[in-house]
Amino acid sequence: MAVVPSLMDSLFQRSIDDVIKGLRLCPPGTESIFISKSLDEIRREIKSTDPQTKATALHKLTYLHSLHSAEMSWAAFHSVELSSSAAHSYKRVAFLSASLSFNPSTTQVILLLTHQLRKDLSSANPHDVSLALSTLSAICNPDLARDLTPDVFALLASGKPFVRKKAIAAVLRVFEQYPDAVRVCFKRVVENLESDDMGILSAVVGLFCELTEKEPRSYLPLAPEFYKILVDCRNNWVLIKVIKIFAKLAPLEPRLGKRVVEPICDHMARTGAKSLAFECVRMIVTSLSEYDSAVKLAVAKLREFLLEDDPNLKYLGLQGLTIVSKTNMWAVLENKELVVKALSDVDVNIKVEALRLVMCMVSEDNVMEISRILISQALKSDPEFCNEILGHVLLTCSRNFYEVVFDFDWYVSFLGEMARIPHCRKGNEIENQLVDIGMRVKDARVQLVHIARELVIDPALLGNSFIHGVLGAAAWVSGEYIELSRNPFEIMEALLQPRTSLLTPSVRAVYIQSAFKVLTFCLSLYLKLSVDTVASQLLSDTELDNGNGNVVVASSSMHRFTKESFVNLMNLVETNLGPLAGSNEVEVQERASNVLGLIKLIKLIVFGSEGDNVKGEVEASEMVKLIFDAFSEDLGPVSVNAQERVPIPDGLVLKENLGDLDDICGGDTEFSLPSSFSIVKLQKMDAAGTSDCTSKEESETLTESTSLLAEHRKRHGLYYLSSENAGTVSNDYPPAIDPKDKDADEAEDLARLTEESLVIKKKPNQARIRPVVVKLDDGEGFNVSAKKREVEGGDLISGAVQEVLLGNEATATSSSSRKRESSKKSRERNKQQHGHGKERKSQSTGKDKEHDGQGQREKPKRKSRQRGDGGALPAQSSVIPDFLL
Amino acid sequence: MIRGVIIMNDQGKPRLIKFYEFQPVEKQHELVRSIYRILCSRAENVSNFVKVDSLFGPDVRLVYKTFATLYFVFVFDNSENELAMLDLMQVFVETLDKCFSNVCELDVVFNFSKVHTILDEIILGGQVLETSSSEVVKAVEEISKMERNANSILPASWQGR
Repeated sequence: MAVVPSLMDSLFQRSIDDVIKGLRLCPPGTESIFISKSLDEIRREIKSTDPQTKATALHKLTYLHSLHSAEMSWAAFHSVELSSSAAHSYKRVAFLSASLSFNPSTTQVILLLTHQLRKDLSSANPHDVSLALSTLSAICNPDLARDLTPDVFALLASGKPFVRKKAIAAVLRVFEQYPDAVRVCFKRVVENLESDDMGILSAVVGLFCELTEKEPRSYLPLAPEFYKILVDCRNNWVLIKVIKIFAKLAPLEPRLGKRVVEPICDHMARTGAKSLAFECVRMIVTSLSEYDSAVKLAVAKLREFLLEDDPNLKYLGLQGLTIVSKTNMWAVLENKELVVKALSDVDVNIKVEALRLVMCMVSEDNVMEISRILISQALKSDPEFCNEILGHVLLTCSRNFYEVVFDFDWYVSFLGEMARIPHCRKGNEIENQLVDIGMRVKDARVQLVHIARELVIDPALLGNSFIHGVLGAAAWVSGEYIELSRNPFEIMEALLQPRTSLLTPSVRAVYIQSAFKVLTFCLSLYLKLSVDTVASQLLSDTELDNGNGNVVVASSSMHRFTKESFVNLMNLVETNLGPLAGSNEVEVQERASNVLGLIKLIKLIVFGSEGDNVKGEVEASEMVKLIFDAFSEDLGPVSVNAQERVPIPDGLVLKENLGDLDDICGGDTEFSLPSSFSIVKLQKMDAAGTSDCTSKEESETLTESTSLLAEHRKRHGLYYLSSENAGTVSNDYPPAIDPKDKDADEAEDLARLTEESLVIKKKPNQARIRPVVVKLDDGEGFNVSAKKREVEGGDLISGAVQEVLLGNEATATSSSSRKRESSKKSRERNKQQHGHGKERKSQSTGKDKEHDGQGQREKPKRKSRQRGDGGALPAQSSVIPDFLL
Repeated sequence: MIRGVIIMNDQGKPRLIKFYEFQPVEKQHELVRSIYRILCSRAENVSNFVKVDSLFGPDVRLVYKTFATLYFVFVFDNSENELAMLDLMQVFVETLDKCFSNVCELDVVFNFSKVHTILDEIILGGQVLETSSSEVVKAVEEISKMERNANSILPASWQGR
């Protein structure tokens, strides 16, 4: 219903103050009612022909929209309408509402504003112009930018600095939305770099700071202008921005760094402004890190920051150190005590930065000491920071296959210790590392089993749901390496303890599976008393594994298996797992049934008929041997690229055959031969089959039971694979690299040996050789994908910039709109180039400057003939040499 | 560039929201709430910077400061210097103080459009325009004077007090 606003509405219209007061007086919870009531009023008032009424309504609406998220897209047209008002105050309300509520990509009426904006951009009143500029920058879309480019262009040379600086700031959005505007405006923007007015200079340098962020290379030709500002200017705001620009340019042109390092050091030494000083420091440590003397000065400055009481400076100082640490580690070591002190700061920002720095310092010499300090810090800290510490420690220690860890016995115990920290929420990571170390580092397994035992056996830990993952890993380790355990009975009891009912089903399933392994192991030991084959293999296995005293004790204790103790063990398992055979959780139920099934079978064969005992045991031992073999197959980490490594058998030339396949499948041949297709396919399958076999462990034959069990393991890959691999690996092939692979080991040893000889000189006290960590030489770790190039406005802008700066007409990216204006633009461009050349000559004082000016235009032109498209790089680097000499 | 300027009170009620890249208003309020949650969890006398990559994308930080009952927040990226942003915030607060002589929360509450006008003189499209508070005050007073003269007949109740 369209209610025409009456005179009464206008007379008794509520002002914005009334609305705000009303809102403030609202009892809590009733605000939305008040707002919707106000919105109803506004809907009526805004249709008024009286501009005052309309403006007040729009003002109220904008307020409710911006601060109370009231919907106002419906009122967009009213903003447009009011913007044409002659009174500045109404215009201001209209443009404010537009810039706060219009969506540049969806608001249709923006185009209706074009005319009004153009009118205001050319107004004599600077405040009208400034209002139009800030509105333009807020709601700019490609159409608006295209249509208003000429008007903004005119303002870039405005005689009023107040207007000109705003035009420069607004032109950034115009460039972003309509890159072709660069061709029109760029010369004028560049001219402003020579301005004496600090407002203008600051705006234009700020603009270039944004532009260089995206594609710095295009702006190298402007280095002389920026350099002049860097040397002459004394305004901190301008200097900060110009230094930021050089931070982007210097890495692209080494000679540029040489040139700017001195003025920047001067500024750093001279200035009293911390902001400028910090910007100089950041510039030096990010882009000039090869200039040792400059870095020394910068680090000294950082130290000053660190010694300040102001937490902001301390924080930034630490951040600066983090940047330096990538290239100059000494800087961190020099400030070690300050960094460690910052670890116990009250400010969490400072603590986290300090932690990051401490982690940079970690090497294999100090990893134990640093970890000890950090853990004691973690125990004192609040939960959040405690976990921050744990996360960093875990990440650093595991970096690059535990590069810094020399003593794995220590590290494994340390992992156990971390898991027990009350606030620990890093169970997942600890879990992965425990399993990963088990697979990769053979020598650590004894200690690993020891730690796993302590974790599994402690009933108190089962109550903490955050470390269930860790317990799962411990259970897996206990089961997988049970032959290293001193007392399998004890482990079995631990795995079956009543409190395991607190575990999540998936972890519990691992517990049961581990119990299965322990049972199989005990069984094989028991049967060994009568049938020696299994045990002898087992014994040689364990002894091979470790010449250590522990194992001898362990295996000798197992010789004392009696029938009675074994029956007890089976009964224990049966009573504990019996109820689980009816569990609702499929994983738990299935695994429990597996174990119970085995026990039933064994009982029947071994203890079933007294008379046939020996025969039964032989039969049983056959079976147990099969199962046990399956379990004792050593699991290694699987490379992501495992499949590629499966050797291609002789006689199979993949490329050719697949080419044939393609021909046939391609379907463009007139005679399709199903028979040949099948032949090819057969060949292929054959190949896959053989490679499968050859890559399997040479010693072991593939029996059905092993393959079934291998299948079973694969299904629970989570516990067998290192974290990097989980989920990404297709397990269709067995590990192509056997961890026992001699070649790999030898190469590894050799590498270690050379490293060792270097290391030992450094610290002769470390007599032990670092255990071998199994690595798959490629494929693991991250695939560092090439950084994606940004293809968006920035690129188009820089393309246009290159074109303007290098006077290169060939690289034009054609667009329809450009053609339309091309004649006008080329006129413009000629004019600009002319002007630019003149101005250059007037500015050049020495002979070389003039030479430089010519060189800039000459060289690229020659090159531009050679290159067809965008290969602008060589041309650009030859643009500034004369300035740098 | 500067991504946004926010003023809110210590209850998390927004008093000024200005983003320099378009954000739907619901999203704006969501961001304000997230920022408030971060700010009110921070102790006093700690550093004024917070990393807000999770809210605004990589390398975006914010600097905040409390003045009486108000939080002032500037959100900015790599092209700005952290300490310079703190200074700019000081300029903004100083200007408000001069324009409202002893600014308090109520001034900001009741002068929605004037505060925007002041901010527009300092920042345009995320670019710093003016760093001298007296210049800003001059421009803002010029605008008020111009509007007063033009509207002297009309009761312009919404004009700056």
